[in-house]
Amino acid sequence: MAEVRRVVGDLTNRAAHAVRHPVSTFLGWPVPRQATTGDLLGRGPAVTSPTTRGTTHRLADADRVARSVCPYCAVGCGQRVFVRDEKVIQIEGDLDSPISRGRLCPKGAASESLVNSPTRLTKVLHRRPHGTDWEHLDPDEAIDMIADRVVRDRRAHWQDVDDQQRPLRRTMGIASLGGATLDNEENYLIKKLFTALGAIQIENQARI
Amino acid sequence: MQDLANADCIVIQGANMAECHPVGFQWVTEAKLRGARVIHVDPRFTRTSAQADRHIPIRVGSDIVLLGALINHVLTNDLWFREYVVAYTNASVLIDEDFLDTEDLDGFFSGWDEEKGAYDLASWAYATPRPTASDGGEEATEGDDLSDAAAGDRYGSGGPPLDTPRPMTDPTLTDPRCVFQLLKGHFQRYTPELVEEVCGISADDFAYLADSVTQNSGRDRTTAFCYAVGWTQHTEGAQNIRAASILQLLLGNMGRPGGGIMALRGHASIQGSTDIPTLYNLLPGYLPMPVVGHHDTLADYLDAITSVNAKGYWSEAPAYTVSLLKAWWGDAAREDNDWAYDYLPRLSGPHGTYQTMTAMLDDEVAGFFVLGQNPAVGSAGGRMQRLALAHLKWLVVRDLQLIETATFWKDSPEVATGELVTTDIATEVFVLPAASHVEKSGTFTQTSRILQWREQAVHPPGEAMSELQFFHELGRRIRQRLAGSDDPRDRPLLDLTWDYPTDAHGEVDAEAVLREVNGVGLTGESAGEPLDSFTQLRADGSTAAGCWIYTGVMAGGVNRSASRVPASDPTDPAHDWGWAWPANRRILYNRASADPEGRPWSDRKKLVWWDEASGQWTGDDVPDFPLRTPPGFRAEPGAGGPAAIEGDDPFIMQADGKGWLFAPRGLVDGPLPAHYEAQESPVPNPVYGQQANPARRTVAGPDNLFAPSGDAPGSDVYPFVFTTYRLTEHHTAGGMSRWLPFLSELQPEMFCEVSPELAAERGLENGGWATLVSPRAVIEAKVLVTDRMTALRAAGRTIHQIGLPYHWGVGAQAIVAGDAANDLLGIALDPNVQIQESKVGSCDIRPGRRPTGPDALALVAAYQRRAGLVPDADQRSGEDRVMDEEAGDD
Repeated sequence: MAEVRRVVGDLTNRAAHAVRHPVSTFLGWPVPRQATTGDLLGRGPAVTSPTTRGTTHRLADADRVARSVCPYCAVGCGQRVFVRDEKVIQIEGDLDSPISRGRLCPKGAASESLVNSPTRLTKVLHRRPHGTDWEHLDPDEAIDMIADRVVRDRRAHWQDVDDQQRPLRRTMGIASLGGATLDNEENYLIKKLFTALGAIQIENQARI
Repeated sequence: MQDLANADCIVIQGANMAECHPVGFQWVTEAKLRGARVIHVDPRFTRTSAQADRHIPIRVGSDIVLLGALINHVLTNDLWFREYVVAYTNASVLIDEDFLDTEDLDGFFSGWDEEKGAYDLASWAYATPRPTASDGGEEATEGDDLSDAAAGDRYGSGGPPLDTPRPMTDPTLTDPRCVFQLLKGHFQRYTPELVEEVCGISADDFAYLADSVTQNSGRDRTTAFCYAVGWTQHTEGAQNIRAASILQLLLGNMGRPGGGIMALRGHASIQGSTDIPTLYNLLPGYLPMPVVGHHDTLADYLDAITSVNAKGYWSEAPAYTVSLLKAWWGDAAREDNDWAYDYLPRLSGPHGTYQTMTAMLDDEVAGFFVLGQNPAVGSAGGRMQRLALAHLKWLVVRDLQLIETATFWKDSPEVATGELVTTDIATEVFVLPAASHVEKSGTFTQTSRILQWREQAVHPPGEAMSELQFFHELGRRIRQRLAGSDDPRDRPLLDLTWDYPTDAHGEVDAEAVLREVNGVGLTGESAGEPLDSFTQLRADGSTAAGCWIYTGVMAGGVNRSASRVPASDPTDPAHDWGWAWPANRRILYNRASADPEGRPWSDRKKLVWWDEASGQWTGDDVPDFPLRTPPGFRAEPGAGGPAAIEGDDPFIMQADGKGWLFAPRGLVDGPLPAHYEAQESPVPNPVYGQQANPARRTVAGPDNLFAPSGDAPGSDVYPFVFTTYRLTEHHTAGGMSRWLPFLSELQPEMFCEVSPELAAERGLENGGWATLVSPRAVIEAKVLVTDRMTALRAAGRTIHQIGLPYHWGVGAQAIVAGDAANDLLGIALDPNVQIQESKVGSCDIRPGRRPTGPDALALVAAYQRRAGLVPDADQRSGEDRVMDEEAGDD
């Protein structure tokens, strides 16, 4: 919570410095307020209305804020992910990041709508061979079915040696494409598992 | 990236940084505010151009001519940084007497084997003393085998070893066989006049660029280059980067603040997925995958990738390799079984994504995993990609949205044309919902090699799960099914270290994986402790590390990627924000920021220097050099490895410690960049008799026909050049943008950018429809008539270029749909890295919408016949006659 307050404070710097003088005395008049608050141009706290002062930041009641990184291009802009009731309520640029200095581009700024997209897949879908529509599949069953197919087709397309009897020890029956949008740790397990399977046709966007 | 702020001149070429890396572009703006000059070289005028001091339009695919002319300008006008070049590059090295240049052979280097379609690299080697009879007559050279399509991938990060790390040199740079003189000869015809003829760039623009770059290079000033896939996606992609590297070495801009060549990569962890590669040719840390016939044993492998005589840290590759095998196979990796080296499968040639796609079409691939990628829209030759999917037995798509690759069997364009019939497609499709970036913790590696940890904010929704959890679980179940097997093929799976801690949701502890990647000690006091540096890795089985270049990210047992100390000011390199590989260095090869005596080249550009008092290198970055090797150090004859790095060898990953102006090995299409026209080009190559890169790779067959180039018959059928690109508001094939309402509203429709001249010539109306036809496909797009596109004069003719964003696909699920620009592309590949030529293609454009259904195929076929790409049918269709009439109007 302290972290939420700190980050929200950073985002709403001006409101956080608002000062409250009783408007009924001389000190409450606009010009003295400008002088006493240092807001000489009258564009900051000196002219903040009671309504504004009564407004709380929409993220102030977040339960927590997580440090993250934008998932789009490779600049690596820092993101702050605000969570309330186990839901992401907003994603803002991280002012602390020396790479992005709080900024996000249109895609990064839209990433809340990426994670909360109403069209996001949340169910496992299965299309049978020759099928004309999707059917739901239990995730556990889906992973079992995929494991069965991997084991079967790994063997079916296995190559022990080449035509000169040199070792190949590989399967050409299984291929994979993807990784540039995934985490390093994920790529590591993917490459490790596929290599142990003998699958070599493992690729990602880096070659495209 | 922040270091761009230190540049005095920034050339952005082959990238549209302001639109595709908008937040990174603030560092270019920062440099501008500090007085830097910014130049944008690009076929299109974009927001990057608008921010630049000058935009220089260029004909796509002619970058090597421009860069080569800059090299020639620097050499002939004596503008090169002599002290830097003599000390830090291979300018003085003598090359084999048998080497012949493209100037000698009209576009070929020596060693071309027409039958194999590949070069023998032997004659590109560093010269060695000619053997005498008493030596036994055996001649040692660097090059010893024929390149094949995979050869460029075969050596890993240090490039191939040199048998002569201390080569014969001529420090006066006058010997006609020395690299410097060869360079001069090679680029002598790359003149401003040639630039005007080939690139369509005026002499005035060239002079401006040349003056800007040279006046902002030297002791006191530095120039940086930024590029993206505008340089890589060509049949000479790797050589585009080589050309820039040569120029930057000659100007002394490598390893220095505000210098270098910035690769602007396009995905959150595309750098990470190259370092820890989900790529066919690599193992983690740029160790090559073993190749049959070259790497049959561990000894063969290590001999092939390094040499005991070689200088530098790549010579420690045995330690990196054995540590990787220990990380993967634990106690089963023993000295007596070569550390389980035989558990690794072997390559037999290129197995890139395009080769795999053709294998699918041949029914050789049963199952395909697609993970956060959308090849039905994002890969070249979209029609072939989708047809290939229909040949699979099963397909697993893991994504956030129901992308076109998942729904190809239902709504792909080929269903509309009748080429695919849903009920005929036997492919079983599994679609598994993935976790988004905020629903899992882990690291991305961004474009400046900085690893940044993300905290998990929430759990994935519904049945969604991370790749980490999915692959851990899949591996667990595969191992269960094979438990008890005595088949040697199953040993690599059963012996695999696969025991990762999971939480109550089944999610794997990502930090435990990062710890394995970082590496741990296995024996003695350090047993189980994270290692601090890759220099601790050993080849004796006493260490394990999943990716040696990442060793240190968990130094001291602390997850450094999660460090979050902000910069104190914009010039602070912020070493405690994330962790950059290797060793948290922010500028690679930064020893070169000091002169041979170890003093900064200038006070203004100081970064790392030798501190005599403490006897070590110090400065504002982590020194990229052995800390206590003094500037004047000379190695013992016969020394190898890090101990052989001499005091003035800044390029510590190269076998000779020098920057390579001439690459004696490592590239399969030439030791120097030479200009070739693209696979499809409107002009004959004005530089050499050889039209296109002779070593390029293509996919043969009726689905991948190419337009005739130059003056060949039929070239007028596809008279215009198209180039593909990204928009700010969309991301790649659209899976993370076309489903989002804000982004879809901002960029709702597929469009094409055409110049007013082309619009007039073809009757295209702004806001109307256009149909574009290539030898592969027909697509439609809304027309944007704009003077952002310029008709260029090149090779004595007017060249019209058409710009096409490539984010749309025709699936029914996204908020916005449109035809896919990648469908127009053919598959022609750079021979070094197998990347496709997405930046240049030939097409025709005509007003109006494209035909639908089978008529679309008929239109493509009619064009193919007119161009002579397929035999002319006896029965000519009505479409042909229509087109002939139109052609007559031109």
